[in-house]
Amino acid sequence: MADVLEKKEEANELLIDRQPKEPLLSKKNRKLLNDPLNDNNPITVQVLGICSALAITVKLYPALVMSISVLFVMAAGNVIVSLMRNFIPNRIRIIVQLVVVASLVALVDQVLKAFVYDVSKELSVFVGLIITNCIIMGRLEAFALGNTVWKSFLDGIGNAFGYAWILLAVAFFRELLGSGTLFGFQVIPDAWYLANGGFYSNNGFMLLPPMALITVGIIIWVQRARNTKLIEE
Amino acid sequence: MKALHQFIDNNVHPLFKEGSKLEKYWPVYDGFYTFLFTPGHTADGKAHIRDGVDLKRTMNTVITALIPTLLFGMWNVGYHHFNAIGIGATFFEQFLFGAIKVIPMVVVSYAVGLGIEFLFCVIKGHQIEEGYLVSGMLIPLIMPVDLPLWMLALSVAFAVIIGKEVFGGTGMNIFNPALLARAFAFFAYPTYMSGDKVWINTTGTEGMMAVDGFSGATALGEYATTGVSQYSALDAFIGIIPGSVGETSVIAIMLGAGLLLFTGIASWRIMLSAVVGGVMMGLIFNAVAPFALSAEQQAFMAVPFWQQLVMGGFAFGIVYMATDPVSGSQTDTGKYVYGFLIGFLSIMIRVFNPAYPEGVMLAILFMNTMAPLVDHYVIQANIKKREQRLAFKTAV
Repeated sequence: MADVLEKKEEANELLIDRQPKEPLLSKKNRKLLNDPLNDNNPITVQVLGICSALAITVKLYPALVMSISVLFVMAAGNVIVSLMRNFIPNRIRIIVQLVVVASLVALVDQVLKAFVYDVSKELSVFVGLIITNCIIMGRLEAFALGNTVWKSFLDGIGNAFGYAWILLAVAFFRELLGSGTLFGFQVIPDAWYLANGGFYSNNGFMLLPPMALITVGIIIWVQRARNTKLIEE
Repeated sequence: MKALHQFIDNNVHPLFKEGSKLEKYWPVYDGFYTFLFTPGHTADGKAHIRDGVDLKRTMNTVITALIPTLLFGMWNVGYHHFNAIGIGATFFEQFLFGAIKVIPMVVVSYAVGLGIEFLFCVIKGHQIEEGYLVSGMLIPLIMPVDLPLWMLALSVAFAVIIGKEVFGGTGMNIFNPALLARAFAFFAYPTYMSGDKVWINTTGTEGMMAVDGFSGATALGEYATTGVSQYSALDAFIGIIPGSVGETSVIAIMLGAGLLLFTGIASWRIMLSAVVGGVMMGLIFNAVAPFALSAEQQAFMAVPFWQQLVMGGFAFGIVYMATDPVSGSQTDTGKYVYGFLIGFLSIMIRVFNPAYPEGVMLAILFMNTMAPLVDHYVIQANIKKREQRLAFKTAV
């Protein structure tokens, strides 16, 4: 049985080789990049990776660092698993994927600790928890295991960007309305605050996780209002 | 009235009906029309036996029931204001000052809430829903008088959009919208919703300062922080204590409760069981007070159970909020459980967590979440009972 399968795979590879070479950014490949940004967004459509979206979006800067970390882990993880896809025995594939992701996350964690210690402390366990981020496992399992290296790379980048822009959008509103700052810079004039004789006050609710969930919900609402094919019957 | 009715039918109606220029704004017109006049349409199938009271009339009754608390709240605001700045004032002056403070809150609440509601109805092409009529009156009554008006407006917008419209409008909301507005304001702007500065207005008269030794804390706030209060149970029963605009007077609330119970609009099961729940928790606290961890908590626990019932927003909450027919339990047995737990949890939260001196808001919101679960088990129990009865009958 195994022999037959192997032969079949060889035949398949021969078949692929014979096809004319696909340009690096063909229409199909561009779709891999674009789809996760809107139509198949990991957070707003697939509703994966919500925990981190709620936990680290209080401020923009940690959210940006988190996005970059996930971008690296996702792209590298997808490439590595895709390279190994023909050698991974099916029964232990989850363990292999976990080992790959865990080593990448350990790497990211060390780099963060070395160069941006403050943010690393702020993100605390959530860097480690990238290992269990459903988006990453989902892409490895659903895409990298069955596709070529270049395609897996594009898929990883696309999904990471899809994750990142939601994260940054949520963090933008939470930081602006909750703390009156953006990337730590005061945006709302000091004179506006009630304490200084003005009329304004920061919205403390924005700093609490429920408001992050509601913000994600509003983004989903707006997205579905604009993109009607996402609405289920 | 008849002439007006005829005038509208003949002159205004054609402007909005199908095919005309302002067709898009039919929901807005229809909303006002049915608010003024009972709609003329009748059932066209087989006869239904129904009460002639429609939702708008129900809502109006609840608003009527709120009027005593509103009027008392206006006077109370003025009374405390003049007390705090140490100036004698006549009854009329006190009432007038309170009215000037409270009426803008009511206007803002209705303008923002109904504005959003109308907007959604025009977008969706639905009829105007009347749910906001009561919420719009409740919201100013459960806010402190010193809350800036834009915070009130934002809370109202949050409650109407996130609390109601996203679930599908009136009748579909899982939380009581008025309480959601208060919860939003409470978590978003805690310094304007709690503490001892916000309950009594001391800035309204220019150049005036609060007198020495003045404390603006509510009776509950005082108990939570020090274990004693300058206000007696009788003060709280009459309502001359600081607090949210409409929540202080138990007498005014009982007048409203009487009307609601007489007309059958509010559920007596919920009210009764909530009082029983509150009494139970109060009695438990009284019994275990000697074992409290700190002296303040011990004093708070030792507050007689009947005094717990008249302080804070407990009475207001169980009469006007817990009995909300949409977000509460639907089954009769469920209503007992739902009401009991509201009363029980309210007193528990207010004593155990000094950060939230008013437990009734969180208790009702929590039980709003649990109400469908309560109903589910009540219905399952009933099904099981009837199945057993059937099995018994067929066996015999």
